[in-house]
Amino acid sequence: MSLSEKVLSGDVRAAARLMRDIDDARPSATEELKQLYGRTGNAYIIGITGPPGAGKSTLVDQLTASFRQQGKKVGVVAIDPTSPFTGGAILGDRIRMNRHATDEGVFIRSLATRGALGGLSRSTSDVALVLDAMGMDIIIIETVGVGQDEVDIVKAAHTTCVVMVPGLGDDIQAIKAGILEIGDVFVVNKADREGVDRTARELETMLEMRNAAAGSWSPQVLKVEAQRGAGIEALVDQIRAHRDFLFASGTIDNLLRERNQRHFVDILRDSLYRRVMDFMEQDAVLARVLDGMGAGTLDPYSAAEDVIAGMLKKG
Amino acid sequence: MASRTLRVLVGKPGLDGHDRGAKIIARAFRDAGFEVIYTGLHQTPEQIVAAAIQEDVDCVGLSILSGAHNTLLPRVCQLLKEKNANDIKVFGGGVIPEDDIPGLKAAGIAAVFTPGTSTEDIVKWIGDNIQPRA
Repeated sequence: MSLSEKVLSGDVRAAARLMRDIDDARPSATEELKQLYGRTGNAYIIGITGPPGAGKSTLVDQLTASFRQQGKKVGVVAIDPTSPFTGGAILGDRIRMNRHATDEGVFIRSLATRGALGGLSRSTSDVALVLDAMGMDIIIIETVGVGQDEVDIVKAAHTTCVVMVPGLGDDIQAIKAGILEIGDVFVVNKADREGVDRTARELETMLEMRNAAAGSWSPQVLKVEAQRGAGIEALVDQIRAHRDFLFASGTIDNLLRERNQRHFVDILRDSLYRRVMDFMEQDAVLARVLDGMGAGTLDPYSAAEDVIAGMLKKG
Repeated sequence: MASRTLRVLVGKPGLDGHDRGAKIIARAFRDAGFEVIYTGLHQTPEQIVAAAIQEDVDCVGLSILSGAHNTLLPRVCQLLKEKNANDIKVFGGGVIPEDDIPGLKAAGIAAVFTPGTSTEDIVKWIGDNIQPRA
């Protein structure tokens, strides 16, 4: 039985192994994903993003508990950073979610960014596909702790929750470009802390200033204490309201089309890149390019054009 | 083909609350280029085994200072076996008397590191004994 067949038959170990193959960019993983793709598209994907220490993992833990109470199966993909120096990583998001470890209706997978800069790993969307094929009703993707510009989560999720905490900056931060533009729901976590009302107000002001088109979704700002579980039901309600809006307004069709485009272009770019690198390795093309550049007889712009032309000619 | 990154779970089974050693090990593994799934304190063997399978790790390192090593470490090995996952090697570290080590090894623990072992030695042991799966 192939890994994908085992995944569809409910084999947890096979699913975990396929995720590893995806993360390690094994060619076999692509073949397995082809088999699984037709069995996906049923899960609802929630993205959780925000700065380091905002309480994202604790929030994921609470959301998981809430969805489990509704009888839904939950998959979690949690991303932490890879060291740019050693390639190693400490993946610590599970610490907050351990109570779900032995629940067979929950599957949690930690991924390292492995050099990707958008807040996710390159493998995240495909790992979520495996969870989808496993029959998870809800998939929660927790990004690495982000600053201002890591917005890949919108490519992967149906509903994106941006988690903030009091005391991170003034209201100019709130009108800058970046992660504050991508929230469908805003959470001010650690709502027992001083300054929570001010942070919530600044976010609300920022949202009111948006030139939103008529009939578009209006994000709400919710105060939450994830550690105590306070405000979680309101958050779940908002996520459900956003989902209902997506389907009722037809926005879901655009969202899925955009997501499919990005997914396809990402795959295309990765496979082209890999083919070009293989080509360069085979014929020592890279060494020739570097020799030419070193000798001053070749510029990198012409070299890139020549490599692509040479590869296309070869077929 | 890109090479595999070794994945290792570091956890603390049982009731003792001292995770400084586990954190030092986790950091040494990170610096060795491994992906470390750190599950924190107060884990049951069942939780550790479920996490090891979901994370598809190559090995599991357990830090234990409570004295319950003769119960908890073999239990992890037994549960992995029950889940057909005993290709995942288990090693332990902590305050473990020399006399207990043969029994632990007989129960399937691949190595036991006692106080005074350097992190380099443990990283080297992994390099020599654990391969990322094919």
